Amino acid sequence: MMDSFIQLILTLDMSIRLSVVLLLACLAGLFSERSGIVDIGLEGKMLVAAFFAAAGAYETGSAWVGVLAGCAASLVFSMIHGLASITYRGNQLISGVAINFLASGMTVVLGNAWYRKGGQTPTLSGDARFHDITLPFAEALSDVPVLGPIYSDLLSGHKPLVYLAFLIVPLSWWVLYRTRFGLRLRAVGENPASVDTAGISVVKLRYQALIITGILCGIAGAYLSTAQAAGFGKEMTAGRGYIALAALIFAKWRPWYAMGACLLFGLLEAISNLYPSINIFGLVTIPVQFTQALPYILTVVILAGFVGKAIPPRAGGEPYVKEQ
Amino acid sequence: MTLMQKFLGAAATLAITAGAAVADPAIIFDLGGKFDKSFNQAAFAGATKWAEETGGSFREIELTSEAQREQALRRFAESGYNPIVMTGFGFASSLDVVSQDFPDTKFAIIDMVVEQPNVRSIVFDAHVGSYLVGVAAAKASKSNTVGFIGGMDVPLIRAFACGYVQGVKATNPDATVIQNMTGTTPAAWNDPVKGGELTKAQIGNGADVVYAAAGGTGVGVLQTAADEGILSIGVDSNQNYLFPGQVLTSMLKRVDVAVYDAFKAGTDLETGFFAMGLADGGIDYAVDDNNAEIFSAEIAAAVEAAKAAILSGSVTVHDYQSDGTCPVS
Repeated sequence: MMDSFIQLILTLDMSIRLSVVLLLACLAGLFSERSGIVDIGLEGKMLVAAFFAAAGAYETGSAWVGVLAGCAASLVFSMIHGLASITYRGNQLISGVAINFLASGMTVVLGNAWYRKGGQTPTLSGDARFHDITLPFAEALSDVPVLGPIYSDLLSGHKPLVYLAFLIVPLSWWVLYRTRFGLRLRAVGENPASVDTAGISVVKLRYQALIITGILCGIAGAYLSTAQAAGFGKEMTAGRGYIALAALIFAKWRPWYAMGACLLFGLLEAISNLYPSINIFGLVTIPVQFTQALPYILTVVILAGFVGKAIPPRAGGEPYVKEQ
Repeated sequence: MTLMQKFLGAAATLAITAGAAVADPAIIFDLGGKFDKSFNQAAFAGATKWAEETGGSFREIELTSEAQREQALRRFAESGYNPIVMTGFGFASSLDVVSQDFPDTKFAIIDMVVEQPNVRSIVFDAHVGSYLVGVAAAKASKSNTVGFIGGMDVPLIRAFACGYVQGVKATNPDATVIQNMTGTTPAAWNDPVKGGELTKAQIGNGADVVYAAAGGTGVGVLQTAADEGILSIGVDSNQNYLFPGQVLTSMLKRVDVAVYDAFKAGTDLETGFFAMGLADGGIDYAVDDNNAEIFSAEIAAAVEAAKAAILSGSVTVHDYQSDGTCPVS
């Protein structure tokens, strides 16, 4: 009994760590899509952020400077997307794809030019990467049955960015549903003409949304290279940006649901890591390939509409043209 | 002489010099990447050593996808590079085809046997080396639980795992070995994040020494082990220097020697089957300044005893690849 409880804590602990990148990317996509800008460039923005975060942290020796560098790089890419899809009313999907390709190539080329390690950055150590922080009383409470391990193993001992990511969830909810900016942002994604009629700039609102997207993707990328790993490796985002988009649809473009969806995806990944082959009552052994494919199978099931109707923001993907 | 003749003459001279220039050797790195600090980097070190000693030059390519294997191989062969060395079992089927199309080119493949007259197949007794580090792990473990993290789930890596478990169990029959494979695709060679996660899970289950046989993924394993204050064991290259005082030892597979020898032989490369093992120094474990403090005399004595026993034939390490099973788990 005690043993399986420890296993449960271990699994959930890993789920939390694995869901952080998805969560930040998902919230980034949420702001962008809520404003009517479809963004499949999350992957590319995270990748470029991961690279610049690792490079920044390596050069300065400070992980926080790395986060700033990552956010700045991601912001630049976000603004390129904005320029193409808002100002010049280009196709948002194509702009997003272009960003992904640009990031994938640019990070390796720059990495090779600067560090000559085949696109990797040097390994980060010391203050150049984030370390686990122990919440107060975690040591003292660890012997308390049930609640002790939950507090000291599950909740305590994560990187600072993990706590930051989970704090951004209520913050996003508050911004979207309790502020004037949030109301306008949601309106501009549904019916930009009405927002325009009310005398509010559609263009400005959408750019503001993309700034938030850029920053959140920046934190996500920085988490990958300076907290989860210790340095940048080529293509290290490994499709997480796309999984985050699936989670966004699963969450029906809502912050709290997004957290649930990302934790679920994190849990599936943790299960496939920890229990490669699951034996059901000694009858059937589920092969490792199946557990590894589970997140993707779930994504397909979700996209096929099995979780109820997911209605995207109505003006999503459409460039806004002012009526003459 | 007409202008045309001059042009033709110039073109011919150019063609001849170009042909002469490319009698260089070439090397193809597998998906883990040239800088995986392990398997491929050892191959790169061997190639670099040859270039520095002879002043020669070699061509190289790092694969980025499975589809490039045959393409890269064919491209190098067509350009006249000779010999062409490739690192990894993944090249087997491509090499089988390409070597028949270029009978005059010599090829060398590491970790796999390809039976063609112009191919040198080099395999290592990695299971024996893994046995030795298994002995060291069992001696160094205080929790009686040690871990193994493999890269891609293939017979070769299972042989590493099986040798390791045999070494652990021979030293301490009560010890538990937790085994994980990173994945089932070649991407598993270069996923340090997942390697780190698996290490954390093994530590959660009580492991205090982990052995990574996972190419570039192993860097994440060693990193996490160092962060969490447990010992780790490197693979292929000497990885003791990565985290001095925290890497117990490294299982050495002298891929660098294999590549160096192949390059040195040049077009006279002797083909056929070559096994490298404990006796010829192709397999070993690393002791240097970085692990001198943690690699105690007691551990060293146990490992040396095991090595002597294997060399004398009183202990045989079962090779998983011979029959696809492992006697212990």
